[in-house]
This record gives sequence, C-alpha cells and structure tokens, in this order.
Amino acid sequence: MTAALLDGLSWALLVSGGLFCMVGGIGLLRMPDFYTRCHAASVTDTLGAGLVLAGLVLQCDQVLVAAKLAIIGLLLLFIGPVATHALARAALHAGVKPLLARDGEGAPSKP
Amino acid sequence: MMFAAAAIALLATIAMAIARAMRGPTVFDRTLAANSVGTGAVLLLAVVGFLGGRPDFLDIAITYGLLNAIGTIAVLKFFRYGSMADAGDGKDGAR
Amino acid sequence: MVRSALLAVALFAFWVVLSGFFTAYLLTAGACCALLIVAVARRMSVVDSEGYPVHLTWRAMAYWPWLLWEIVKSAWDVTKIIMDPRLPISPTMVRVKAGQRTTVGKVTYANSITLTPGTISVDLEGDEILVHAVTRGGAESLAAGDMDRRVTRFEGAPRQAAAA
Repeated sequence: MTAALLDGLSWALLVSGGLFCMVGGIGLLRMPDFYTRCHAASVTDTLGAGLVLAGLVLQCDQVLVAAKLAIIGLLLLFIGPVATHALARAALHAGVKPLLARDGEGAPSKP
Repeated sequence: MMFAAAAIALLATIAMAIARAMRGPTVFDRTLAANSVGTGAVLLLAVVGFLGGRPDFLDIAITYGLLNAIGTIAVLKFFRYGSMADAGDGKDGAR
Repeated sequence: MVRSALLAVALFAFWVVLSGFFTAYLLTAGACCALLIVAVARRMSVVDSEGYPVHLTWRAMAYWPWLLWEIVKSAWDVTKIIMDPRLPISPTMVRVKAGQRTTVGKVTYANSITLTPGTISVDLEGDEILVHAVTRGGAESLAAGDMDRRVTRFEGAPRQAAAA
C-alpha cells in the first residue's frame, strides 16, 4: 500500500518536474531578449530541479543516496543564482541593453 | 517507467537549450544556454542513475554541477579580460 | 576557535555523507582531511563570520522555508507567462535599497532576488541593487520591501568579525 503511494507520488513529482524543465526550455526559445531568457532559465533551475530531485528522493532505499540528492539540490540552489548574476552583470557591462516596456503600453520598446 | 518519462522531458529541455545556443544573437545567450544544458545534464545524470540502478552516478552529477558553474564564470572572465590570467583591476567600467 | 571546530565537524560530516565508508581506518583518514582543510583555511584567514557564517544557522531555519515558498509562487507566475500565447511581459529595471549591514546579508538579499524567478539582481553597488524584473508587478512587489525586511531579520544584530 505505501509502496504504491510512494510510487504514485514519485510519478507526480517526476512528471511535473519534467514539465517545468520543458517550460524553461520553451521560455528560452520564446523570450525576446537576453535578460528575459535568464528568467526562463531560472524556472528550470529552481522548480524543475527541485521537483525532479524530490521525486527521486522518494525512490531511494538508502539514506545516503537521499543525502546525496539533497546535496545536489543545495548545490543547484546556491550556485545557480551566482552564475545567473555573473552573466547578467557581464552582459550589462558589455553593453547589452535590455528591452524595456514603454509606460502605459504592454509592448516593449526596441533596445 | 517514470524515470524514462522524466529522462525524455530532460532530453527535450537540453535540445531546446542547444537550439537557443545555436540561435542566440549575442554570446551571452549562448553562455546562458550552455549553463542550462549543464543543469539539465546534472538532472539527467541523476535520473539515468536511478534508471540503471547505479547510485554512483550521483557523484558524477555533483562533480559536473560544480564544473558547470566554474566553467560559466571562466567563460565570462575570458570574454571580459581577453585572457584567463588577468586578475582584473577590481573596478568595473564598460569595456 | 569554536568556529574552526564547528567547520571541522561540518566538513567531516560532509565527507562521511559523500563517501559512505564506516571502517575505522577510512574514518580516521577523513577526519585528518577535514582537520587539514581547516588548518589551511585558518592560514588563509577565511574562517570568519563571512566565510563560515555558522551564527546564522538558527535564523536560517526561519528564513529558508519562506524563501522556498516564494520561489514556488514566482516560478508559477513566470510559467503562466511563458505558456501564454500572447507572452504578456513588461520588463523593467528598478533600483532597490539593500537595508542590510553586513556583506553576508547583502549577498543573501541579492541571491534571494535572483533565486526567485521573475527578478534578477544585475548589479550590486554599495547599498543599491539594480534589479531586472520580467513584469512591472514583480518589480513593484519587490520595491515594497517584504524580502528586504525578512533578510534583515535573518541577518540579525551586527557582530565583530571574529578571527577565531
């Protein structure tokens, strides 16, 4: 009984994690400029990774393997924003101008 | 079975990131896409490890996660200073 | 001294979790590795309140669950934007004041801004953080300052940078 429950929960977490990762990928392709693409990538990094790793944690039978999965999760959560910030800062200093929304309209202005 | 579904979703994510790496007009788009490929690869390693019944793949995933982060910052440093040996001057102005 | 001892214990626990060995010889080897790293770190003077902020452990347990919930909420909002055929984005750049006193606090604030999808901290100059948000609503809710207050509470009272 509990094995089926754990399996069902793992299924749900893994499938939703996979879907959120794909949403991040779609956002990478759809977004119009560099800074907005960073936002799409961070969806994959946080929610996608978190759900996939949570689904895997429910599937392991040793505590040590679950601890390693937790370490991977913490690694992604700590290092992800550092890399994203470094990218955004380097782009700003190299002169990549962000597409900004015009006041009152929803349409972004050209860089 | 569920691991196969998650693995296919992660492969699709990596494929989309590679498409962005090929398309992206600026070099920063390509670096961002490479970083996303790295994150997807870390998750794919973990899932494939479970699929094959080998928990040792998690060690590889940790190592690759660290390498991915250092690699992104190394690429950025190279583009900013022109060489990896430059320590920089500590102040940041536009190039 | 206490901080170094705690760092050695934390490193040894990390080693045990990663290696999975429990024989006496290998455990001793791991303990020696941890002590060696702490000795080198002390020589490099990185074992201070900034390099190993162990005084924040208790407050972190109040801050991190709130941050995780914020991440889930913002990620859901960004997902809705990405999957909408019209792509209703209105990117904005705002300057936000960081009300923290220590570097650890400011970096935690900037990292929390970047971790929640929908806002990225682009530049950190002195007291101000330049933030790029994907919608105007996200920028305004950040400027309202809830996260700033929570990180300041997490950072706590100022301490002298202890060299032990």
